Order: sequence, then C-alpha cells, then structure tokens
Amino acid sequence: MSVILVFLTVVIGFSFWWLFHQKVMEKPWLEHGVHTALPETDVSGMPTAKVALAVFLAVVGSLFALFASAYFMRMDYADWQAPPLPRILWVNTVILILASIALSCAVRAAREHRREMTRLALVTAGLATFVFLAGQVTAWRELAAGGHYLDVNPANGFFYLMTGVHGLHILGGLVALGRTMVKAWDDDVAAEQLRLGVELCAAYWHFLLFVWLGVFVLLAGWAGDLLALCRQILT
Amino acid sequence: MVDATPRMERDIPPAEVPELELYHPKSWWTTYVFSQDAKVIAIQYSGTAVAIGLVALVLSWLMRLQLGFPGTFSFITPEAYYQFITMHGMIMVIYLLTALFLGGFGNYLIPLMVGARDMVFPYVNMLSFWIYLLAVLVLAASFFAPGGPTGAGWTLYPPQAILGGTPGGQSWGIILMLVSLILFIIGFTMGGLNYAVTVIQGRTRGMTLMRMPLTVWGIFTATVMALLAFPALFVACVMMLFDRVLGTSFFMPALVEMGEQLSYGGGSPILFQHLFWFFGHPEVYIVALPAFGIVSDLISTHARKNIFGYRMMVWAIVIIGALSFIVWAHHMYVSGMHPWFGFFFATTTLIIAVPTAIKVYNWVLTLWRGDIHLTVPMLFALAFIVTFVNGGLTGLFLGNVVVDVPLSDTMFVVAHFHMVMGVAPIMVIFGAIYHWYPKITGRMLEDWMGKFHFWVTFVGAYAIFFPMHYVGLVGVPRRYPEMGEAAFMTAPVDNLNAFISVAALVVGFAQMVFLFNLVWSLRFGKEAGPNPWRATSLEWQTPTTPPPHGNWGDERPVVYRWAYDYSVPGAPEDFIPQNDPWPDKPATRAA
Ligand code: HEM
Ligand SMILES: [Cu+2]
Repeated sequence: MSVILVFLTVVIGFSFWWLFHQKVMEKPWLEHGVHTALPETDVSGMPTAKVALAVFLAVVGSLFALFASAYFMRMDYADWQAPPLPRILWVNTVILILASIALSCAVRAAREHRREMTRLALVTAGLATFVFLAGQVTAWRELAAGGHYLDVNPANGFFYLMTGVHGLHILGGLVALGRTMVKAWDDDVAAEQLRLGVELCAAYWHFLLFVWLGVFVLLAGWAGDLLALCRQILT
Repeated sequence: MVDATPRMERDIPPAEVPELELYHPKSWWTTYVFSQDAKVIAIQYSGTAVAIGLVALVLSWLMRLQLGFPGTFSFITPEAYYQFITMHGMIMVIYLLTALFLGGFGNYLIPLMVGARDMVFPYVNMLSFWIYLLAVLVLAASFFAPGGPTGAGWTLYPPQAILGGTPGGQSWGIILMLVSLILFIIGFTMGGLNYAVTVIQGRTRGMTLMRMPLTVWGIFTATVMALLAFPALFVACVMMLFDRVLGTSFFMPALVEMGEQLSYGGGSPILFQHLFWFFGHPEVYIVALPAFGIVSDLISTHARKNIFGYRMMVWAIVIIGALSFIVWAHHMYVSGMHPWFGFFFATTTLIIAVPTAIKVYNWVLTLWRGDIHLTVPMLFALAFIVTFVNGGLTGLFLGNVVVDVPLSDTMFVVAHFHMVMGVAPIMVIFGAIYHWYPKITGRMLEDWMGKFHFWVTFVGAYAIFFPMHYVGLVGVPRRYPEMGEAAFMTAPVDNLNAFISVAALVVGFAQMVFLFNLVWSLRFGKEAGPNPWRATSLEWQTPTTPPPHGNWGDERPVVYRWAYDYSVPGAPEDFIPQNDPWPDKPATRAA
C-alpha cells in the first residue's frame, strides 16, 4: 500500500498547507467585523471550476495510486508472469504526449486571444487523443492475438484493467474537449470563458498523461527494478 | 415570513450580481423531481436513505428473532441469515448513514450555513442523487433476483463471496451488490465534489474558515476523506467483479470446490482485505465526523454556551481525518500479519483516541455550567456523548492485538461497533432532525412524541447492546445463526439473547412513532417561526422559512462573527446571529 500512502501524504500535506494559509491559528471568538482582506465570493481568487478540477484530480489520482498499490502487492507472488509489452504502446505514449503539447499550445493561443490558432490546436489534440485510444485498442488485440487473455494471469488482468480505466478517463475528457471546441467555434463566447475551458482541458490532459506514464512504467515491468533500486539505496 | 436580516450601516459593496433568475424553477417537475436545489436534493437523499434503512431495520428484527428464539422461524435458514446480516450491515453503513450525513445533511446545511445560494454545481448535484437512487434500486433488486441477495457478510471477503457455497455467490446477488456499490461511489463523488468545493469557494463574505459552524467542518472533512477513501472500495469492487464475471484471479487463489479444481489460481484474498479496510476504517470516521460536528452545534445551542475550545475542535476533526488513513490494518490482526505491523497499527489506533478524547472533554466542558435546555435535540446529543464514550472505550480494548485476537469475531465486536458507529451516529441523526425540522418545514415536531421516541430508543439501545458485550465475552461468535452442537456455549446467555431480541423489536416500533411524528407534524405541528431555538448560525437567519430556492432573497448575508456567540455579556439577547454586526449597531431584529 506504499504508493497510495505516498500519494495521500502529498494530498494531506498540501491540504494542511492550504489550511494553514486559511488562518486556522486565529481565535474566532476574539475577532469581530467583516474581514476586509477577505474573500469576496470566490474565496481563493481561483475560478471555482479549477478548484473543482483539482479536487477531482485528487480523486482520480487516489484511484490510480490504489491500482498501483494493488499491482505491487500482487506482483510479489511467485506465479506473477507479466505479458510481453506490445510495441505499439511506445507509439501511443508519444501520441499522448503530442496531444498534451497541442493543448499547451491551445492554452497559449487562448491567452493571446488567437481564435484560429486555438481551434487548430484543440482539433489536433482531439485527433491525437482518438489515435491514442485506437492505439490502446490495438495493443489489446495484439495481446489477445498472442493468447494473453484477461483471465490467464493476474498480470494480464491488471494490464487490461488499468489501460481500460485510463482509457475511460480519457473518453470522459474527450466529452469535455468536445464542449470546449463548440465554445471555440461559437463567436459569442467570450475569450475569457474559452480560455478557462481550454486551461481546464489542458490540466486534465497533462494529469492523465502523467498517470499514463506511471501506468506504462508499471506495465513495462520497470517498476520492480525501480523498487529494488530504492530498497538498495535505503538499506 | 419575518425579515431577520439586520440592516447594515456601513457601506459594503454588493458581494456579487446574483443571477436570481437561475433560482426560479420553471415547472413542477424541475421544482420537486428533477430539482437542482440542494435543499430538495437533500430531502430526496434523506427520504431514499430512510426508506432503504427501514429495510435494514426489518432485517435486524429477523436476525434478532433467529438469535433470540433459534429454530422457531423456519423461513430463516442459515443462508437467509447470512443474507440478512450482509444486507443489514451494508445498507446501514453505506446506504443509510453515509448517504444521510453527506447527501442529506451536507446538501441541506452546507449552502445555508456558509451563506451560499446553492451548491456550486447544481446540475452535477442533481445527477448525484439520481445515481444514488439507481444504486439503491439495484441493491434492492437483489432481494428479488434468483438466488437472492449476497450473503458474504458486509465485508464481502473473497474467495467465499463469489463461490457457490455462499448465498448469491454464483448467482446474481454478489454482482448486483458490486454494481450497486460502484454506482454509489460514482454518485457520491459527484456530490462530494460539490460539498467540498462549495465550502472552499462558496462562502459568503466574512465567513472565514474559522467562523464556520463545526457542522460544516465535520461534513467537509468527512467529504474530503470519502473522496479519497471510496476509490479503494471502487478498486476492490471492480476487481472482484472482474473475478466473478470475467474469470480473472485478482483475489482468487487456486481452489478446489466440491472436489473440482476451479479455474481460478494465484489470487490474493489479503489484497482485498487491504483495499477494503483502506476504505473501511476511514468510513467509520466519514460517519463519525459529521456526527461530531452536528453534536457540537446542538450542544452549544441548547446549552446556550459557546463551544469550548473551538480551535481545538477544528484541529481535532482535521487530525482525526488524516490519521484515520493509517490505521486500517487493525481490522486484520487475525489475517496473519507480521507482529511488527500489528504493533504499528495498534499504536496509530491508540493515538487517534487522543484527539477523539479531546473532543469528548470539550463537549463536557461546553455543558459545564451551561443553561441546559433538555429539548429533544439536546437529549439525543447527550445520549450520543454517553454512547460514544461507551463504544470508544471498548474500542481501546479491541485496538490492542492481544485483546483483539480472542475477541475477534465474537458478539463483543458486534456490540462495540454498534455502540460506536451504529447507535451513536443514529442518535445524532435523530437529534439533528428534531433540530432542523422546523427550518425545513416551518413547523416543530411534536414534543411528547419526541420525548417518548427518545427514551424508548435510548434505553432500548442500551438494553440491546449492553448485554451483548457480555454475550460476546462468554464466547458467542458473530455471524452464527445458531450454535448447533455447540449450543452449550449459548446456554448461559439464552435468556439474555431472548431479552435482547424483545428489546430490539420494541426499539424498532418506537421508530414508527418517529416516522408518524414526521408526517403528522407536517400538518399539525406548532408553527416554528424562523428561529425557534434562538440559534446563531446562518441557516436560521434566512429571510423566509422554509428557505426558497436561492436561500437568501436579494442579497446574501454578510458575516461578522463566529457561530457561537451565546450568552455574550451586554448583548441584547442571549445569542448574536453571525450576520449581526453588534455592537457596531444594535441589531434591529424584527423577530
Ligand atoms: C435496531 C438496531 C439494530 C439491531 C437490533 C442490529 C442488530 C444486528 C445483528 C443481530 C447483527 C448480526 C450479528 C451477527 O450475527 O454477526 C448485526 C450486524 C451488523 N450491524 Fe446491526 N443492528 C442495528 C443497527 C445497526 C446500525 C444503525 C448499524 C450502522 C452502522 C449497524 C451495522 C451493522 C453491521 C456493519 C453489521 C455486521 C454485518 C456483518 O457481520 O457482515 N447495525 N446487527
Ligand atoms: Cu477501524
């Protein structure tokens, strides 16, 4: 359960840091009056949607950290036999990185109010993401063709499960991306509003890319080596 | 309809341009059914939770009938008994308590108490309820599925959970249970995002975090914990579903069933236990923290005293929340863990008792020399403290490995967790309903029925669970419908068992009085007015009671003080509402 504990330490550490900046040391029974330094409605000055995305990503992060924890615990058993890594995963990884880069460009373009450029970048990101998903399905079929079915070995199970759950999250992201595109093509939508939407998409994509890299490292079997290395350093 | 907002003298710029149109629903359907108003969603959540909770109550009667009078009821076969405990436990913990505290009270109270018009994402909030309802329906459907509901125990431990020997294991029961849990978690995540972000982003001006009522603190922290802990249950459920439906072996070791080698092999049941309890222990606090918060407010209001050590209370809530993520394995002392781990988890378990004890002391010190009004909510709050201390003390026993090992899986454990997470939070729920019903409906609940309900429930709950400790010490195991050839074990406590069962029936029927009261007072209760308990927090200062969609009329309130200014010397009344600028200008309250 070490992965989830590390993840939680980060989340909880951040929460405490945040709480600390919310004046939790104050003595509310002594103070009185409206705090002027305070909080209009948007307390942190951050758009509500961004805060919500951050909280949501913490949930998603916890989900994948738990999968990783389970993976590690299961990996230690003698019968563990990882399936071969489909080559295409490398290509998929590159494509997902491209999608993330495209969204970064979209953010920049949206900040500079360049509509045309924003649209182009969004479409690129969307297409790249579709290709990524198609690539993942291909990887599945490759494995299945090689007889590495879901139920042959727990390692296979983890492979399908983790790529599948990750893919579902990407699909959900595509819905949001689609809605942002609709905004990008609608000239009535204010630039600010579009920018927010694009930024949210970009943050989500970067996060899922990060998760994918983690999953990839696990599935490629390097995690074991990494772990062994850590243990060696520690002992 | 009384105007309770004090006029402001100082010039304060309008906090926002309220999009009031948003809060005028268009039709009957969007007002009462597909409503995006957090208050309506709260009622929907609560109603659904209570409805399915009644099923769990009836199941507990059936179990008690079997335990008290074994062999008398032929329809309660051992299989049926397992199904009853499983559904009873799961419904009570997840579909009743979690849903009621977070979906019910969270939805109703958070926006009102922090001075928001609604949750930040009303549409997602509405979806949350409908997915919860779906989860409940799927769960209920398993009663009618071929093979009946699952009988795996609420912990759903594999491998037995998905094997033929367990009721529902190879039929629909377990599948429906897992699907229902997955749905519940998805629905909860939608709601939970709302509760957390509303507290972070939706507070009105002047409402600093440290001015929030403890109720909001409790629900907020519990929500954050639930958001982080439920994924563990989600992962466990998905993986078990794969094992059951697709034949993977995440949790399933190689097995021989009825002389036949199953196709499973190599899975790890312990892995499931880790995942389950990584969720399961925080779950205890997900239920307890809102109860802690609510009870603090009930005590302060009904004892007309500020809460003792508010800051400490807040910190304790947050620290308990964080600590509860590193104690999960105290549920697994008997799973064959390394003694060193056992020692670690026993220590963390005992450490968590420190902030918890601080809270108890602070409640008692709040009561000390208070002007205690023994209203029904106060009675329930007091009952909570007593019961919680009681259950907490046996928890300290069980937290020690050497004590837990012999007591594990006896009725002692059942008595312990019913005290601490069954009876205690339920007491708070009752107290809270008596307390806030006047705000929700504009009428008071009938007092004598409330008192009757309280005394029967309180005394009855002790009559049920106090002797149960003893039954467990004698050695009667948990989850046994009857003792068969080992009946000599129960012989010394047979009469006690019968007594407990009768008490359980009586307590159950007292709840019918409560339900009747809820309905009856809707029509015939006394008019409550906007603030019958003369409380300070914002929900009592709404311009209209019950508050309409949008809560605050034209302008959101401005907060000048914390939520516990009771009996302030020199103040015109013995309470000062949070939105009252006194002494800057004497409040001109009309009520
Ligand atoms: C009238 C009140 C209640 C009565 C009479 C009652 C009775 C029982 C009984 C007889 C059992 C089975 C014991 C066994 O044979 O192992 C049980 C199990 C359980 N109850 Fe209750 N109960 C009540 C309320 C609650 C509440 C409010 C909760 C909420 C937390 C709750 C949670 C549980 C759990 C988690 C189990 C364990 C199920 C399992 O072993 O899988 N109960 N209860
Ligand atoms: Cu625990």
